[in-house]
Amino acid sequence: MLGSQCLFVISKGLMMNAAASRKTALNAIHRQLGARMIEFVGWDMPVQYAGPLPEHLAVRTRAGIFDVSHMGEIEFRGPAALESIQHMTCNDASRLAVGQIQYSAITTPQGTFVDDILVHRMGENHLFCCVNASNQVKDYEWFKAHARPNTDVIDRSHDFCQIAVQGPRAIEILRPLTAIQITAMRYYWFSQGEFAGVNAIVSRTGYTGEDGFEIYVDPRHAEAVWMRIMESGRPHEIQPAGLAARNTLRLEAKMALYGNDIDDTTTVLEADLAWICRFDKGDFNGRQPLLKQREEGVKRRLVGFDMVERGIARDHYPILLDGKPAGFVTSGSPAPFLQKNIGLTYLPSDRCAPGTEFDVVIRDKPVKARVVPTPFYKRPKTA
Amino acid sequence: MYPKENLYSKDHEWIDVKGDIGAVGITDFAQHELGDVVYVDLPEVGDRFEQGDPFGSVESVKAVSEIFSPISGEVLEVNAALSDAPELINQSPHEKAWMIKMRIGNADELKSLLSAEDYEEYIKEQSSS
Repeated sequence: MLGSQCLFVISKGLMMNAAASRKTALNAIHRQLGARMIEFVGWDMPVQYAGPLPEHLAVRTRAGIFDVSHMGEIEFRGPAALESIQHMTCNDASRLAVGQIQYSAITTPQGTFVDDILVHRMGENHLFCCVNASNQVKDYEWFKAHARPNTDVIDRSHDFCQIAVQGPRAIEILRPLTAIQITAMRYYWFSQGEFAGVNAIVSRTGYTGEDGFEIYVDPRHAEAVWMRIMESGRPHEIQPAGLAARNTLRLEAKMALYGNDIDDTTTVLEADLAWICRFDKGDFNGRQPLLKQREEGVKRRLVGFDMVERGIARDHYPILLDGKPAGFVTSGSPAPFLQKNIGLTYLPSDRCAPGTEFDVVIRDKPVKARVVPTPFYKRPKTA
Repeated sequence: MYPKENLYSKDHEWIDVKGDIGAVGITDFAQHELGDVVYVDLPEVGDRFEQGDPFGSVESVKAVSEIFSPISGEVLEVNAALSDAPELINQSPHEKAWMIKMRIGNADELKSLLSAEDYEEYIKEQSSS
């Protein structure tokens, strides 16, 4: 076993050799903490510290701290900045107040995904997008090619390290470290100000399904900020968490992963993201085909499933509907908090109802699965 | 650390031979590399394997690895405890977490396996590469 037989499920093209990889400013800290490192889309990143199970559970019950500095940040300025964003993404950024954030997608003319992103409104015509690490270069090139004249598109990725602190204890851990009133900060809002003695952007966002914050700082301050958060988090037993836990957490919360659940072959409606598709905001790339798809009826949809029989569905495993090949699992893994095996896949729209049974082919054997409502996990409402 | 009475494969399985029956499991090195085991897929009694054939798989949260038969033979017994408690593989890889017992088809094949000492050398080399 092991060696070349070992499949790593959270991404394509992973190797143990990180010689040519980029390093975040927190790389030395990960190694000091004894993290197991892997190459992830060209970055040398921690996949785990204590282990994917304890890290996942720590985020659900206490707090986890993640280095997500590999993510990209792209800024838009100029008199046509908002207009450009409106044209290139499907959600309505004009509804954002300054300080507000929305989940959105950069769409192709076919209404499929260039990337899924977070759009932050910094000013009337000043916006900032957080994009996937895997698409940082592609998105920047796309933005430059499709932005309206009089728009400055600036790749700020090198200027930021990003640290995510996620879990029910995140707010208690971070509050003493900042002058920013994070207790009052609403979910999907952000602020700029002093954090751990340095200038930072702090947003109440995350990719785990828990309450939490994402903190953007100058790379020169990243180590010091991480250490301050760890110190503040010690009495709360804050847990450094890596990419493996990041993946199982987002899957339980049914958050899409570009390259797996969404890509340039899946439309925003097929991906079950109609809520970010604002047809009434004006024209945008892909609006026409998406409108047509809505009128004619979406033919397939991304659904969540549980395994009914024993087995773990993994990314790319084939699925059978009525015994016939019907696609493949887009994301699949054990769900550590829910203690069951879950996944996402596309099914024909008339077969998407919860309770629909199909098979996942696991090592040549069909194993029963069942469509379930999503998200699989929803964080408990606090008083 | 590695029981001296066992023989080991380069794929990190161990076999404990008693007469013409061998109990098979994965080594401490293997369970450590895998991380927390969440699932084990084992064969049925009566299944036959050649030396080197995959006979099952072990899964952690992030990865699935096949297990290869260290010898040719027929499965006589399967450890039922592992399906409810796969974590036994992490806790007791050389004892409680035996996976299958096989009737050894060809005793000569045992000569191609490593002693505990040679296996410890082997994994030392693996770890430093």
